[in-house]
Amino acid sequence: MTTYERRYPVKSLKIALVCLMLTAFMAGSAFAESLMMATTTSTANTGLLDELIAPKFQKDTGIELKFVAVGTGKALKMADNCDVDIVLVHAPAAEQKYVDSGALVDRKELMYNDFVIIGPEADPAGIKGMSVVDAMQAIAKDKAEFASRGDDSGTNKKEISLWKAADMAVPDKQDWYIQTGQGMLPTITVATEKGAYTMTDRGTFIKFSANHDGNPPLKVLVEGDEVLFNQYSALAVNPEKCKKAEYKLATKFIEWMASPDVQKAIGDFRLLGKKLFIPNAK
Amino acid sequence: MDYLLNGFIRAFGLLFGGDPETFSAIWTTVAVSTLSIVACLAAGIPLGFLLGHNDFRGKKALRTVVDTLLSFPTVVIGLVVYAFLSNRGPLGDLELLFTIPGIAIGQFMLGMPIVVAMTANAVESQDRRLKPTLITLGASKRQMLTATILETRYSLMLAAVAAYGRIVSEVGISMMVGGNIKWHTRTITTAIALETGKGEFDTGIALGMVLLAVAFAVNIGVSMLKRRAGQ
Repeated sequence: MTTYERRYPVKSLKIALVCLMLTAFMAGSAFAESLMMATTTSTANTGLLDELIAPKFQKDTGIELKFVAVGTGKALKMADNCDVDIVLVHAPAAEQKYVDSGALVDRKELMYNDFVIIGPEADPAGIKGMSVVDAMQAIAKDKAEFASRGDDSGTNKKEISLWKAADMAVPDKQDWYIQTGQGMLPTITVATEKGAYTMTDRGTFIKFSANHDGNPPLKVLVEGDEVLFNQYSALAVNPEKCKKAEYKLATKFIEWMASPDVQKAIGDFRLLGKKLFIPNAK
Repeated sequence: MDYLLNGFIRAFGLLFGGDPETFSAIWTTVAVSTLSIVACLAAGIPLGFLLGHNDFRGKKALRTVVDTLLSFPTVVIGLVVYAFLSNRGPLGDLELLFTIPGIAIGQFMLGMPIVVAMTANAVESQDRRLKPTLITLGASKRQMLTATILETRYSLMLAAVAAYGRIVSEVGISMMVGGNIKWHTRTITTAIALETGKGEFDTGIALGMVLLAVAFAVNIGVSMLKRRAGQ
């Protein structure tokens, strides 16, 4: 046996690997207080959380904000499973369901941005400048291609509500209705490739424009309609339902987000020189 | 096409400019994949040895099951592990969701069948005279395991490299179980998925190059080990 060990450096290799494993475990554990949040891709992809909220929250309170960016549907589900302490989402009707079931408490409206309907410059269904209701009906009547997220995200729920607002059945299997099942930017990319219409949050559209050096192949055709406003709210996970939820930290975060100082900072946040969110905490 | 060239240039910037986000993702990737591969080898080699060395009823069926597990999709593993580690799941009390060991559990399930199948293959296809020779030399069961592993070490290294390749390149498990949390569980592959989602294609390609560089370094390490062991 000893000759084997001398010939083959098995033991030293084992020790090195054990050391690596230990450091890996240590890296996995947190040292400071931390708040676990589930939020939507729109707040993460625009840089609002990374560049403004998370660093400022840590500086002001010493609490580290960790977040997972998923669709609103999944974010709410994670809260329901007690896997996070707080959610920051934008789907009032879905939020209400979880408040009613007792999974989430302390809903606080914090800010809004808006959605726009974009499409090719040629505008085959002629929707430019229309109201949302007229635009949706025109698209369906002309069977103009329309790309949908189709992923149960807050944005997807909003789009579905627009079809309903226009008194129509929500399209599903129609040839002109493309459900990508992907995030907003990939969905806009699909719409670009197909010359289709789609509905997006303004933040992602600004990002998309910048990716095309300010001359995007799809243009904003419908905007400013009140039904396109998009309310973001924070909700704490109910500590009575989830024993391990960091309810105190969640409350602290919600209060901090609603404070005048932070509200002003949110209003001043710019993506590529353009304002994105309008604070409206009451 | 600019994406590719820009990505290539940016990859050098990220690696040699010491970008902290990139290095955090590299570190997480190395930590989690090391943890997984060590666990895979520690459990997989003895099991693969048992499977290849012994003859028993139902061996063929078991081999088929193991071979089928080779094509287990990573998103399904991710979903199953998430369901177990979620606070509502049976292992929720361990608080492993969104942690590096949590991801490692999923990757262990991914790499394990590869190690078992390839070890079993190597043991089966080795020199048939080895077993009787060892027995006549009076080897104990334990010594037989050690000797067989040493005789098949090159095939085992290949198994380790193959399993490591699958572990380091997967994205489904890391995304679902790890949650892609910046500075904590963001690996290179989940960072690529994020950057692609943001439309930052060149950053995504740059990170892809970084991942290849990491894999390259690991393989150089393995071949050096091989040379040393061969001397």
